[in-house]
Amino acid sequence: MALLEVDDLSVTFARRGQRTVHAVDGVSFSVDAGEVVGLVGESGCGKSVTSLAIMGLLPKQPGLRVGGKAVFDGTDLLQLDDRSRRDIRGRDVAMIFQDPLSSLNPVIPIGLQVTEVLARHRGMRGEAATREAADLLDRVGIPDPRRRLKEYPHQLSGGMRQRALIAMAVACQPRLLIADEPTTALDVTIQAQILELLKDLVRDSGTALVMITHDLGVVAGMCETINVLYAGRVVETATRRPLFRQPRHPYTEGLLGSVPRLDAGRGERLNPIPGSVRDVLPWPDGCAFAPRCTRRVDACVGEPPELVLTHDARSYRCVNPVPVPGLTPEADTRATAPTTAEPGAVPAQAEPADPPAVPGFGPAPREEETP
Amino acid sequence: MFRFIIRRLLQLIPTLFGLSVLLFIWLHRLPGGPETAILGERGTPETRAAIRRNLGLDEPILVQYARFLRRMIRLDLGTSTGTKRAVTTEFVERFPGTVELTVMAMILAVGIGIPLGYLAARRRGRFLDHASVGGSLIGICIPVFFLAYVLKAIFAENLGWFPSSGRQDPTIGATRVTNFFVLDGLMTREWDAAADALWHLVLPGVALASIPLAIIVRITRASVLEVLNEDFVRTAEAKGLTERTVRRRHVLRNAMLPVATSIGLQTGLLLSGAVLTETVFAFSGIGAFVAESISQRDYPVLMGFIMIIAVVYVLVNLLVDLSYSVIDPRVRVR
Repeated sequence: MALLEVDDLSVTFARRGQRTVHAVDGVSFSVDAGEVVGLVGESGCGKSVTSLAIMGLLPKQPGLRVGGKAVFDGTDLLQLDDRSRRDIRGRDVAMIFQDPLSSLNPVIPIGLQVTEVLARHRGMRGEAATREAADLLDRVGIPDPRRRLKEYPHQLSGGMRQRALIAMAVACQPRLLIADEPTTALDVTIQAQILELLKDLVRDSGTALVMITHDLGVVAGMCETINVLYAGRVVETATRRPLFRQPRHPYTEGLLGSVPRLDAGRGERLNPIPGSVRDVLPWPDGCAFAPRCTRRVDACVGEPPELVLTHDARSYRCVNPVPVPGLTPEADTRATAPTTAEPGAVPAQAEPADPPAVPGFGPAPREEETP
Repeated sequence: MFRFIIRRLLQLIPTLFGLSVLLFIWLHRLPGGPETAILGERGTPETRAAIRRNLGLDEPILVQYARFLRRMIRLDLGTSTGTKRAVTTEFVERFPGTVELTVMAMILAVGIGIPLGYLAARRRGRFLDHASVGGSLIGICIPVFFLAYVLKAIFAENLGWFPSSGRQDPTIGATRVTNFFVLDGLMTREWDAAADALWHLVLPGVALASIPLAIIVRITRASVLEVLNEDFVRTAEAKGLTERTVRRRHVLRNAMLPVATSIGLQTGLLLSGAVLTETVFAFSGIGAFVAESISQRDYPVLMGFIMIIAVVYVLVNLLVDLSYSVIDPRVRVR
């Protein structure tokens, strides 16, 4: 059992007189201790909503419905009452947000914003809390922490602010850290520093990290397992190398193709994915990506694509995947599952002795990756 | 901080100077003067001229203004043409009543308005929200003097719960120190006098509080709704802080900035605008006195009153600005 098992998570927003929005439509993935898992996709694919739903941080509003399970160490986070959820948040599960300036309270000194976590979950007060807070700032690479504790967010640089937010998140040595686009608002050089810091923290503490990003560069540098999201569903799950070397879902291929490459010829144009995330087909009517897909066939429309589990324990949700040279589709496919099953429900690195994660599926073979 | 306060207080000088010039010209252009008010229709041109000469109104306006300035510097506002007493004496007796009334009204408005506005925001779209938003609309629409009459008729005259007029029961025979009756009672340990004065403040205070209360409810609600959507509130929630801490430390404090501005403006308005309420409750504050002075063309009283209100406005807004720098480090003054 992994540390966090997200199973068939769905989030819908219903508004009177408007079409119900399925922001997250049956997402499943799992994260083990010390593992870095990526959730990748364009804006609006449901990756942030997924993380907020797991944390129980979606703004309360009428018409909001969260379904499925998010089992953290045996407890379904979605079933917890408000009080127990507050006990877990910040202590066992912590989160880092995208915009460090707006994510910090402008009228409270950094010090109090760190010590309030220590006071809440570790019962630390006064000088002990201040000392620990200074230690934390020091650990995330903020120089002169004693002075910084007394300063306000507007007096810190963007990178410092994100470091301070990270300090608050790791203050109680959480077992799971969710980072929602932690580097998007930062300069490229600062981005690299922050990613390095996160990597170090994960390596030193064995914290599981869920990395939410649209930036494939971040994914390539950080994540072991990657879930590609589109229109609220996981469309492809694979480990890093196979995913980058041989994307199977046309959307993943499109994402990789739209990244500028230094080794491309001078006159070569970028290959953006045509259309926008708004051009989606509702999943029950077929593949949501079909309207933008270059590999579209007739079978894409009509019913949602089945989940395909490949011989190398990857999975994708596509009827006409990008072919692997020298491999017939029959040899490639290990099993298919009805649409109710989810890619992540089959752990990418399941042990052969594991019971089938999805009824009808055999255990997946080991990942043969040479790092 | 200290220099900021000094600078702001020095700004008072040009403000008061400009205001006094404007007022002087304006008041002296008004048709009819104190002599008409004093003599009515009976006066002959000779008696009118005599009175004007007596009051120094026959001199050129510049001479009059110079005399006014000379007195101002000595904090002497002249003599009321209506009561024949020094304007400063009149104010020292009457202004404390209005200040007490304003403080009472603002305590009610802030003490009820901020929690109500906060709760309305938290229960957005539910009964309490609709009730307070609708109620505040009614509060803004009802004329204060009408509300004052209704309150007086029900709670003073019918039910007899509160006194219907005055600032204090004269039979108590309270000692006067500052003319702030509640404060006097507390200072001289005449507890019954303080309680009685406080009791007299309730109904006019409620009437006067209605509009600021309504405005504060609305501003607080809007401001809290805005802050609740801020990312840092989500961060606070993500830290697992208790609802109480999130609410007090992160939401309310940030939501208070626009409310503080509004409290300052409202306080200034009440100090100068309590006339009708004071009249209904026969409350001897400054409002009723000034209203009387207008019909009497009592120039010294009017000039003095407007000057004092200007000073109060500047002071109240200085306080608001200082409270800003306590609440928000980004606008902290040096």
